[in-house]
Amino acid sequence: MQRWTLHIAVALWLSVLFGLKLGVRPPMPASVLMIYMTLTTIGILVFVAANEERFQAFLAPLKAVFAGRAPKAAQIAVLAGIPLLAGWGAWLRTAPSLDAPFEPRVVHPEPPTSFSSHGKRIDAATLKNPLRAAQEKNPAELEKLTQQGKTIYYQNCFFCHGDALAGDGHFANAFSPIPANFRDVGTISMLQESFVYWRVATGGPGLPKGATPWLSAMPVWQNFLSEDEIWKAILYIYAGSGSTPRTWDEEGGHEKH
Amino acid sequence: MASPTDAPSAFAALKGTYKGVLKISLMLAATYLVAQSLSSWLPAADYRQFFGLSNRTTVWIVAELHLMFAAFVLGVPIFAVITELVGAVTKEKRYDDLAKEFTRLLAMAYTLTAVLGCVLLVLFVVLYPKLTGYLSGLFKPTWLVYLVLIFGEVIIAYLYWYSWDLLQGPRKKWHLLLGLLVNLWGTALLFVADIWVTFMMSPAGIDDAGKLTSLWAAINNPTWMPINIHRLLANVAFGGSIAAAYGAVRFLNAKTDEERARFDWMGYIGSFIAIAAFIPLPFAGYWLGREIYQFSQQMGVSMMGGSFAWLWILQAMLIGSLFLASNFYLWLGMGRIPGAERYVKFQIPMMILLTIGFIVWATPRSIIASGAEMSAMGGSHHPFLGLFGVMAAKNTAVNLMILTTFFSFMLYRRGNRVATVSWAAAGKIAQALAIAAAAGVVLGYGIYSYYVPSNIRIGFSVYQVSAVLAAMAVFVAIDIPLLKGAKEIGAIRWGQIPARAQYALFFLAISFTWLMGLMGYIRSGIRQYWHIYGRVADESVNAYTMTHGHATIIVSIITVIFFLLVSVVFWMASRNDPREAAK
Repeated sequence: MQRWTLHIAVALWLSVLFGLKLGVRPPMPASVLMIYMTLTTIGILVFVAANEERFQAFLAPLKAVFAGRAPKAAQIAVLAGIPLLAGWGAWLRTAPSLDAPFEPRVVHPEPPTSFSSHGKRIDAATLKNPLRAAQEKNPAELEKLTQQGKTIYYQNCFFCHGDALAGDGHFANAFSPIPANFRDVGTISMLQESFVYWRVATGGPGLPKGATPWLSAMPVWQNFLSEDEIWKAILYIYAGSGSTPRTWDEEGGHEKH
Repeated sequence: MASPTDAPSAFAALKGTYKGVLKISLMLAATYLVAQSLSSWLPAADYRQFFGLSNRTTVWIVAELHLMFAAFVLGVPIFAVITELVGAVTKEKRYDDLAKEFTRLLAMAYTLTAVLGCVLLVLFVVLYPKLTGYLSGLFKPTWLVYLVLIFGEVIIAYLYWYSWDLLQGPRKKWHLLLGLLVNLWGTALLFVADIWVTFMMSPAGIDDAGKLTSLWAAINNPTWMPINIHRLLANVAFGGSIAAAYGAVRFLNAKTDEERARFDWMGYIGSFIAIAAFIPLPFAGYWLGREIYQFSQQMGVSMMGGSFAWLWILQAMLIGSLFLASNFYLWLGMGRIPGAERYVKFQIPMMILLTIGFIVWATPRSIIASGAEMSAMGGSHHPFLGLFGVMAAKNTAVNLMILTTFFSFMLYRRGNRVATVSWAAAGKIAQALAIAAAAGVVLGYGIYSYYVPSNIRIGFSVYQVSAVLAAMAVFVAIDIPLLKGAKEIGAIRWGQIPARAQYALFFLAISFTWLMGLMGYIRSGIRQYWHIYGRVADESVNAYTMTHGHATIIVSIITVIFFLLVSVVFWMASRNDPREAAK
């Protein structure tokens, strides 16, 4: 078995490559595939080199090829294969493509310390959803506000963010990137409501320069909705997507500064 | 600094200490004079450049180098004194020799730390006069404490070194006490220095006008204690990795089998310390991250999801590589343990787990994709890979990687031993169950956390960590009586390890260093255009966040300079080795 170490390593590497390329749907982006294959290569090589006998068995066929002891066909295959592979790699890197260039984006643009909404300066650090207070005192009232939020959502947000709040509304595919999917565990459930308020109130134009390129077609909703309406819509997107806003209150620790 | 073996007398110890105190006094006096004269000589300004170099980059490089040496000189005594204690308890001289070998590395490193600290102080005063003036006004009492602590540390550390041979035998307890004091003093020094840096991140205890309202609140600001603990652990891990690299250098240069055996063992102990201290580090980091988020969502989002997010992929790459390298080293080391071949079969599943864990950990949340790839995915998130991008998956992956590495250590430990106790089979089953249970808890909570809100999810990581730590404790608690009086298959053949294992030790040291530089940049960089977050704005031309490429190049330059300086330390240490001198 040990004498086949090199062959097994190559076969394993190829099967991981084709497994990832063909087995993952939708196809994974090249950048991720590269990370995965680099790590697979490192994993295989580290494993092989971590035992002296295994390592020598792995090197033996290579030594045989480069010392001219291997069959002629194997020598030709390796010695011709290396420049051919390098050439192919160079071609892949330099071949002209009609594809748009890569856009490194950040998931959450950082919120400002303070921002302007409805003619007031708002401190992002201390901002809380004033309607959420009803949650403990009067759940029925919260439910009523959430239902009002639902109406606001369907009148304004639904067209892009979709019926199921999954970022797949009618207009969604007209945008790149597509609107946020509120059901994704990595979106609103990761964020405090103050963040969501800032995004809704100030829209695409309110995004910080530090997080560019951050394309967003989100309107500046403070021009169309009152503060209360925005908070109600926020209540609904959390309730409707089955998530809760990130808070620190439940965890104790330091007071807010 | 001469070796204490030159003349083991009280007079020699005091003379060496006196020289050390004299040196630090002269350095501090010179620093004061230079800083004062430059301040009065240069025209008044809020910011100054350093001979055309950016003041930010200059301070960054010197501060990071100072921090690295400080980490080293604070970390090494912690495990030096523990090793010494082990030697005193087991009466095995080799531990005492090893502890001394570790301490030998400190002598030159102390001087370099002090020199870099003095240069940094001058740079602060000269390049950032306004900010330094403000901060030193606020924290005046802490500066005085710091000064006292520096002298205390110098006196005790020099005494600890110079009295090594003097305080042997029945006097050993006094030497151990000195070692303990070195560590207490060093920890206090670290905690005081952390006050200033954490205050800049999460200021407290000042009013809107920036005037001090409570010194204690300013000291005990939200990130102070998390950074203290994080740095304390990181110092030990870092110190261990550098000591291991020293062992590797000496191993590769060794001329005799005896030397090879000695430094092979030193490298192993150093790497063991590094990894043992490294294992709880992610949890301390997690605490720090949580405090940052809690203090300012803006800072937290910048760090994890915003403009600094991609640097965490680099961090994941480095930490994943550290895990691979330490397992690689252990597995290669098993080659010199007769009987360890019994455990080679575990390497395949362990490597699969480590690689998959690494892959999950390195999966970016913000995937770089071309237009065509994005439309194929139906957006900027991949429906399947997106699951790996969040903390739930990453916590699970890192916990499983920690568990695997721990298992490797345990297999290594029992490599040449066969348990002879009557309950050996039951004990091993209990150990396997403990590991399986922890893996089950980690995986179970990992999957469950996708179905709960984030504030509950955060709590799950505590259960995952607790399960891993509990499994480790149970495993070790069983292992000790299990291997008591175990039959030894053969002695470990120290020194008989392939040279590439030593390069794994270099890799550990370089990765730790680079990681420290990178994390330091993120911690400092997330303040963005603030000197003191939300209170004192950076009004210099440097009030911008540099590109990741630029920042990582500076981190790399710092790492290279650090290793150049460390090679001087290594050279000095081997020159002071009496065995080397005898040759």
